[in-house]
Amino acid sequence: MVDLSVDLGFLKLRNPVLAASGTFGYGLEFEPFMDLNSIGGFVVKGLYFGPREGNPPPRLVETAGGLINAIGLQGVGVEQFAEEILPRLRKYQTAIFVNVCGASDEEYIRAIEYLNRYEGIAAYELNISCPNVEKNGACPALNSGHTFSLVKLAKQASRLPIIAKLSPNVTDIVEIAKAAEEGGADGISLINTILAMAVDIETQRPKLTNIFGGLSGPAIKPIALRMVYQVVSAVKIPVIGMGGIMTGSDALEFLIVGAKAVEVGTANFIDPAATLRIVGEIEDFCRRNDVKKIAGLVGTLKV
Amino acid sequence: MTKDPAARIVLKQEWGNYFLFGVESPALAGEAKPGQFLMVRVSDHIDPLLRRPLSIHARERNTLEIFFKIAGRGTALLARKKEEDRLDILGPLGAGFRLDAGLKGKAVFVVGGGRGIAPLYFLARELRTAGARVKVLYGGKSLPDLPLKQKFEKAGLDVACSTDDGSSGFHGLVTGLLQNETNKQNPAALFVCGPDPMMKKTAEIAAREKIPAQFSLESMMGCGFGACWGCVKRIRKGDDGAWRKICEDGPVFSGDEIVWEEEG
Ligand SMILES: Cc1cc2nc3c(=O)[nH]c(=O)nc-3n(C[C@H](O)[C@H](O)[C@H](O)COP(=O)(O)OP(=O)(O)OC[C@H]3O[C@@H](n4cnc5c(N)ncnc54)[C@H](O)[C@@H]3O)c2cc1C
Ligand SMILES: Cc1cc2nc3c(=O)[nH]c(=O)nc-3n(C[C@H](O)[C@H](O)[C@H](O)COP(=O)(O)O)c2cc1C
Ligand code: FES
Repeated sequence: MVDLSVDLGFLKLRNPVLAASGTFGYGLEFEPFMDLNSIGGFVVKGLYFGPREGNPPPRLVETAGGLINAIGLQGVGVEQFAEEILPRLRKYQTAIFVNVCGASDEEYIRAIEYLNRYEGIAAYELNISCPNVEKNGACPALNSGHTFSLVKLAKQASRLPIIAKLSPNVTDIVEIAKAAEEGGADGISLINTILAMAVDIETQRPKLTNIFGGLSGPAIKPIALRMVYQVVSAVKIPVIGMGGIMTGSDALEFLIVGAKAVEVGTANFIDPAATLRIVGEIEDFCRRNDVKKIAGLVGTLKV
Repeated sequence: MTKDPAARIVLKQEWGNYFLFGVESPALAGEAKPGQFLMVRVSDHIDPLLRRPLSIHARERNTLEIFFKIAGRGTALLARKKEEDRLDILGPLGAGFRLDAGLKGKAVFVVGGGRGIAPLYFLARELRTAGARVKVLYGGKSLPDLPLKQKFEKAGLDVACSTDDGSSGFHGLVTGLLQNETNKQNPAALFVCGPDPMMKKTAEIAAREKIPAQFSLESMMGCGFGACWGCVKRIRKGDDGAWRKICEDGPVFSGDEIVWEEEG
């Protein structure tokens, strides 16, 4: 038996594989394809305080080994989530994270204060890094001062642990990670999507109505891995790594550089049971290589 | 909905850029309804990354058929598959056409343009089974764009064709053919799939003639099962319209639900 459990300090996970926000719906969409209890947990789609209409289509473009999206966080608000969706998720013994968004600092806090009243949420993943809402991809995680102050406010308001989700669209990811740690974050997750675009040469128009979108999928994995490694080396709080994970070996790379857990995003669209398959592939690797505890593999990179 | 990672190709037919595959998959075929679609993987690798949405063209007991036109790299890769190859397929997805019991004994038109004919073969046969008198209006640019004409005829369905260049049937757009037909007699219902301008024009005719009409829409799809919010179009559901998911709420909508995009 391989022990796949990992400890984030504030939370123990059955295994290190989580589903990433915005790629796993509210979890329920995946019930036909897998047992949600078989993964470490999942992060629900980003929630603002109120419902959001999202961006006009086309919202997606496929690129070499990747996907650019400009969904613009369409979805229900905290109230509908807490009253209608959360009760249907409580039967699961898996960790449920809520990805919290806001158009202003106040909105993040309102969302957190509202959700604080409900049982069944393991932690908040503070989405300070969505590139598809403000013009030119602006978001709090592009600035260390704003990251620090917003994480601090969120931490004060929250009765649950706070994971700050960082943007790769910065010059120095370490500076932002340290700001999140100083602001009191219990953990850090990265990377959100990379600001990107695509052009239709026939019409000379951008392929996305929004012009820009966020690139995800296997194309971004090397960049994500580098950033996770840099952040792990610079902070003491646990780090959750993501970006382009399609297989167990992709996930293992993130664990070896020091991520305590991983999130799987775009892969869920292609293979709705990707997270489950990845857990199996990690377990197989451990068996083949006589690894008794997956936690023992975390941060074993030899340089 | 299920995933069949290895549905066997048991039939392949081709006509220029158009292809038809029969795939054996009891799991997928068992649940299939007309207007539903499949998400098909076209590569084992990460490029092209996403599955491709394709309508269910026909259903036999244990097999499904897909019919497609090469539109880009993904469909070109798919076209290279051979009999006995395996396809990784997710489905059946979406809500499909609504077959109202009141259509028994009534005349209905099934209108398809180009590759949009794909879901209408399955539909036309089910409508006939339900007792409707089905007329198929099938339009294309030129005769080679009407590869399924004989298939419909062989199935004993009444088909009228149109071509933009007059090489077969009515000379003009399929919407012109439809206008001619409705001038003779209005059907009790219209079922439509084709390029957006053709569907928009059909919707105008249907609204003017007060014929209830259902349209199968297309859109870029990330997942096909409601998880990405990528496939939305503006749809009314007793409201002014919101971005609704084509894959889950559709792909079939009635004419008065669809907010057609302005041209330009
Ligand atoms: C519900 C649904 C059912 C469909 N059923 C059929 C069918 O039965 N037969 C058939 O031939 N085609 C069908 N299509 C269209 C088909 O999915 C696209 O032609 C295909 O995905 C293009 O992939 P590609 O890699 O060949 O082209 P790409 O290189 O990806 O794109 C080529 C062109 O097709 C457009 N395109 C890409 N994806 C889609 C899409 N999902 N929908 C519409 N246009 C797209 C692109 O904008 C571009 O202009 C359906 C689409 C939907 C949404
Ligand atoms: C369609 C789509 C929607 C997303 N929505 C969110 C979101 O609501 N909140 C968020 O923090 N990240 C969102 N993301 C980013 C992912 O959670 C993840 O950080 C990113 O896609 C990289 O991982 P991947 O390459 O495995 O997809 C979204 C990504 C995609 C592709
Ligand atoms: S294609 Fe993903 S939600 Fe419709």
